[in-house]
Amino acid sequence: MGKGIEMDKEYLVLTYADYEGGIRDGKLLGLRCAACKKITCHPMPVCQWCSGRTLERTELSGEGELVTFTVIRIPSEGFEDDVPYIPCLVKTKEGPSVVGRLDYDTERATQELLGKQVKLSGAYTYKGDKFSGGPRTCPVFSLELSNG
Amino acid sequence: MRDVAIIGIGHTKFGRAAKTSIELFSEAALQAIDDAGVELKDIEALFQGAALPGFEEGQVMPAGFSAADLNLGPIPATRYEGACASASVAIRDAALWVGAGEYDMVLAGGTEKAVIMGVPFATRTFAMACHAPTEGPAGLTFPGVFAMAARLYARNYDLPLDALREKMASVSVKNHRHGALNPLAQFYNKMGDLKVEDVVNSKMVADPLTLLDCCPFSDGASTLVLCAAEDARKYTDEPVYILGTGQGSGGPLSKMEDLTKPDSRISSAKTAFERAGLSPKDIDILEVHDCFTIAELIALECMGFFEWGEAADATAEGQTELGGRIPVNMSGGLIGKGHPIGATGASQVYWIVKQMRGEAPKGNQINPFPEYGMTDTLGGDFGTLCHIILGRSKK
Repeated sequence: MGKGIEMDKEYLVLTYADYEGGIRDGKLLGLRCAACKKITCHPMPVCQWCSGRTLERTELSGEGELVTFTVIRIPSEGFEDDVPYIPCLVKTKEGPSVVGRLDYDTERATQELLGKQVKLSGAYTYKGDKFSGGPRTCPVFSLELSNG
Repeated sequence: MRDVAIIGIGHTKFGRAAKTSIELFSEAALQAIDDAGVELKDIEALFQGAALPGFEEGQVMPAGFSAADLNLGPIPATRYEGACASASVAIRDAALWVGAGEYDMVLAGGTEKAVIMGVPFATRTFAMACHAPTEGPAGLTFPGVFAMAARLYARNYDLPLDALREKMASVSVKNHRHGALNPLAQFYNKMGDLKVEDVVNSKMVADPLTLLDCCPFSDGASTLVLCAAEDARKYTDEPVYILGTGQGSGGPLSKMEDLTKPDSRISSAKTAFERAGLSPKDIDILEVHDCFTIAELIALECMGFFEWGEAADATAEGQTELGGRIPVNMSGGLIGKGHPIGATGASQVYWIVKQMRGEAPKGNQINPFPEYGMTDTLGGDFGTLCHIILGRSKK
């Protein structure tokens, strides 16, 4: 039996605007699932692990492990001034992975960086173009000092 | 479901074209119509892959205009967009509709005209098939995504990155060798004697991928005539049957368990094998989506042709060459033949059919002619995957 539609229910507990705003405030925001207790980040309307529908906002530590990265030398239009730069994939301590940028010397960025501990250290905001739906922000990570 | 056959095939020259995207599609469609020996009035619907026509020529809804260009009348004509897998999902849906009995004969294929955009804007528009909110501001490009996958592949299998780069380069060497022999390829008569060191030492695009690890931007179209298998022999002595298809969807990179083992590709290939009642050992030839050298290795492992981590060595040893265990991309693949993204899936099917007819260019034709072949097409960063299994005989 269907339960009908609750007209005023907010289905999106954390939006991209909230997520990007959090990054600009130095926070990595996510969602905790009431069913499996796991963390979803970046935001989704349902739990990324179990599809659970009851989610509450939470803040992640911003700490994680560098899964992989690249150094972009031939960029998309609009990113010419950034070259070279390092997009990266980070697996957070809490479980989910996030895409962002790595703040690191591009000439010293070698395979040995994979698996290193990183921490949220800032925000990168792309000014946007005709197609991006406005400015967009992603997290910036730096190597933790304990890596030496 | 009825069985479905391919009775006609068409393929323009790949590279830089002066014709519009719709003219390219019409050229390939008329070739296919002539190849099949059917009339335009026999076509009941049109299924067209086209990834970025709005950015290339300011043209959305190209399928309707393609039907009009061919004077097909007010038949249903639909554009399919799955980034670089656009044509494959168009062909798959066309086969499902013919199989379901809704139509008896249709045109399916794809077209693209990307060169006009120039490298910076083309790179931008292709990157639109990445996840815009999260991968957009990170400045990811398609080479960037596969560069990240290459680094992870090296780490997963404890390979020094330089060793992996050389093995990846052997994909480019092989595919350019065959692309150079293919008169319809973008690099026909070019780079046929490329060396591993040429690839490794060419210009760095996204570390560790160089320019010669990447396929080019291309214009071109390829189109097929599909009909109900029960009618196929009325038109041709050499129908090729669509024995099974699969399609899979991925998501943002950050939601993937492992970039080198995309579920979308594993699931799509598995479905295609199940539908066809075949397994990798039955397949005689492959056209896989080598948008980047590392992508060919990942594809072969996900489809079950090699164990995890073994495709790199196998390729370097020549197991995917002519006469090897499983010849891969004897057309030149995307790297040697070119990659008009909306057309690529149809081109892959075209070259499997040519192999089955024994009409592939000298030096690319496998012998004996293949009984079963398979295509693998990838859209976005593993966002849309499609597989098509073809056979010279019905199941």
